[in-house]
Amino acid sequence: MSRDDDHTATDLSHLRGGETARNHDARTIAALTANPGCARRGVMDAAAVDKDAVARHLGFGAPFGQSQFAITRGNAFEAQVKADGCAELLALLRDRLGLEIPEVAYDDLESVGTESREVRHTRTRHLMARALESGAGTMFDHPLLRLDIAGQRAYLEPDVIAFQLGGRFHVVEVKSFAVVDGQAEPEQVAAAARQSAVYVLALRELVAGLGHDPERVSHEVFLVCPENFSNRPTATPVDVRPQLAVVRRQLARLTRAEDIARDMPDGLTFALDEGLSDTVRAVEARYAPECMSSCEMALFCRDEARACGATGTLGRSVRDELGGVDSVVTALDLARGVREPSEDMAETAEQLRVAARLRREALASAPAPAPPVQEALPAPAGVPARGAGVLERTA
Amino acid sequence: MSTLTALAQLEAIASGRAEPVATVRHCHLSETPLVMIPLKLAGEAAAPLATMLGTDRNEPTLMVVPQPRNRDLRFGYAAELAKAVVEHVEAERGATETLEPSKDGEERVRYERAPQIIVPNRGGVGFLRLLGRSTRFRSVEGPWAVDPAVPMLGRWLTWFADRNDRPGSSLLLALTETLRLHWATGQSSLEDGNLAALMGWIDPPEGLDGPSAAARAEDPVLCPPAGPATDPTFDNEVLAPAIAAFDESGGEPRAEERIRAAVASQLVPTWDLAWRALDMLRALPEGASVPKRWERDRDSFTYFHREFAESPPQAKLDDAVRAARRLHDLERSQESYEAQRAFDDPLVMAEQRLAGQAFGGVVTETEPERLDESGKRPKLRPYVRIRTEDPVRLDEGATVVNAARPGLKGKVVEIDGQDVLLELTGGMGRKLTAEPGVVPEPGQRVVFTSRTADSWGASKFPEREDTPWTHGGPPAEYEPADEDATEVWS
Repeated sequence: MSRDDDHTATDLSHLRGGETARNHDARTIAALTANPGCARRGVMDAAAVDKDAVARHLGFGAPFGQSQFAITRGNAFEAQVKADGCAELLALLRDRLGLEIPEVAYDDLESVGTESREVRHTRTRHLMARALESGAGTMFDHPLLRLDIAGQRAYLEPDVIAFQLGGRFHVVEVKSFAVVDGQAEPEQVAAAARQSAVYVLALRELVAGLGHDPERVSHEVFLVCPENFSNRPTATPVDVRPQLAVVRRQLARLTRAEDIARDMPDGLTFALDEGLSDTVRAVEARYAPECMSSCEMALFCRDEARACGATGTLGRSVRDELGGVDSVVTALDLARGVREPSEDMAETAEQLRVAARLRREALASAPAPAPPVQEALPAPAGVPARGAGVLERTA
Repeated sequence: MSTLTALAQLEAIASGRAEPVATVRHCHLSETPLVMIPLKLAGEAAAPLATMLGTDRNEPTLMVVPQPRNRDLRFGYAAELAKAVVEHVEAERGATETLEPSKDGEERVRYERAPQIIVPNRGGVGFLRLLGRSTRFRSVEGPWAVDPAVPMLGRWLTWFADRNDRPGSSLLLALTETLRLHWATGQSSLEDGNLAALMGWIDPPEGLDGPSAAARAEDPVLCPPAGPATDPTFDNEVLAPAIAAFDESGGEPRAEERIRAAVASQLVPTWDLAWRALDMLRALPEGASVPKRWERDRDSFTYFHREFAESPPQAKLDDAVRAARRLHDLERSQESYEAQRAFDDPLVMAEQRLAGQAFGGVVTETEPERLDESGKRPKLRPYVRIRTEDPVRLDEGATVVNAARPGLKGKVVEIDGQDVLLELTGGMGRKLTAEPGVVPEPGQRVVFTSRTADSWGASKFPEREDTPWTHGGPPAEYEPADEDATEVWS
């Protein structure tokens, strides 16, 4: 391990307060680009903090469990595709995509024993260098890649294959969601494309670092999924140029973790002790509902955002609609006309006031709803009356 | 998303309860809908695990595949489900009414009623669609024969799922979507996708308010997910051991009973919730255009039902003509659905007013007998001046109609600050004086909108046999293929 490699990593590792480091994978990096403005996530990821453990310690464990049925099926599918040196995968790429594929060499770079990530990365580099020189058909399974994230070096252990054909590398990603009649769930395809883009980026950095043209890593990746309702794999080429552009731009924009860390009060760490809550709160988060699907801290941040009445908890479209007014109380006051808007909020305030008037008018003119058929019970005593909600009670 | 809905959501946060975004119900509700709560096996595209269904809240039927990976058990389940769905379809048909013959003299009929299926969420619709896809091509003869009911189920489910794509159709409703059309909560659309959380805001259980009920709903132990995905912890700790025991026992009834009990525990809370959601929706007065849209649904049902015996299963992918026609239909339905909802519901009309496409206010002066005598014959063209506080964004010359009386048409003559001068152009009768009560009078509150239903008519498309070469020429006829009959369903 060279000194240079470890330089920044040690800088922030003290923030972990002695806890074990967690690594980035393409999922976390792709997720990072979904919310680049979140300082909390940036710092915790940069310091390789185990966010899941932190969230659980704070009482907001993320429900990211996976069903063993899904795991079993995913593993079985991957094993099938990769069996016998990826025989089935090769046949698929030949037939389905009409690729002229000569004999290829297959190397599994999966971790053997206790070797360090740096050793594995060196091995990946070494094999890639040879393949790039010779241009011969090669498949590398489980390459270990590296990517700079917010000034920090992250290792990626993609569950993908780097596949060289005609002097160009393609990323092959095996996923276990089904493609039915040529269509799959858009969210899952989008997530897979984002992850693949991260791999393409990391591979390109590696190739460039070896003195080759980074374009030798293709923007066309192959998604291998079960076809229809079977276990038979099908391969679909996906152009990830749009995702690449997004990932690249967001990574460049990422708030530099060191700068944020420098502003944190001295002595705070993410160690799992009584100071944890203070540390976490010391770094600002930018919660959006999308965080729920990608960040282990989401439940904690949502609770925090709700407690301070942030409009962001309602989703980006609502926040946009409110023209950047990020407090629920402010927005309601503007709508009721009890608060003078600042100049930049004048337009939003006017829109809100008109909306409030139209809403009042419409509700007043509406026919009274019939009482619900099944509601024989009287209103329970514990329920706050309408209009006497959370905000009023605390105000 | 509009500022009005955003505002309703803010109000919901303040009040701790869901706030209305509709004053009437914009969907048809059958008296006996078939409520279906499907569950699938995690990790599989469409491997059914169980479905709780029925038309009576007190008598749910539970259908379970004790070993979801077993082909025979799965097709047994599909046949059982098929019988229930087909039975519902036939029971909900009602009598056949004969309509006026069409312009070209063709006989036209319509069933008096139509079946309605209710699922908890969008995932439920997607699952029924995939279940339909995986069963409709099955062969009922030959070496891979399945129960004849199985492909029928596939075709019916495919039809229901397809109708769900049509804006304004009520044949297959996802409750979360339907509720969101009528109420706004203090949480994001992501959380609203959880039926229990959404209902927590709309109708919180005793002693709770919206936020606390929604928080409770996020605990999968207290409120199991509404499907089709199951709670992973339930899978790992309860379902997997029960299925393993079933396998080991060689399919013993007691082992199957254990699985049924486990699955029922996951389904019953959602079952109750679905019926409570229907109660909430039923309590709203029905929108004026709902019967008209339900008529379209009944037309579609009548056609599909009468052609059923003669038709092949729906294609995997639409051919060119079908795709073009479908897209056209979807766009038209979308437009008329949005327009109708606004006419039915002042709260929806408020969206148009906020956007400046409609305006409301008080009539300040009128010239009810004004005639336009510039042409050969004089025409009745009353002037109406309306004072409005709305942000009108209409051009002079824009055509508008009265929201309360869409037949009454007019044209914007001039907009001067808060005053809009309209020239009424139609819908006042055939004489040179307007029918009484049609021209609004000073002091009256009126709303006019520029958005009308059916502003563009149906387009003509070639018959399938006449598909032009630019679109690949006529598509091949459907031939049942062995490949379809044997398609692995694992």
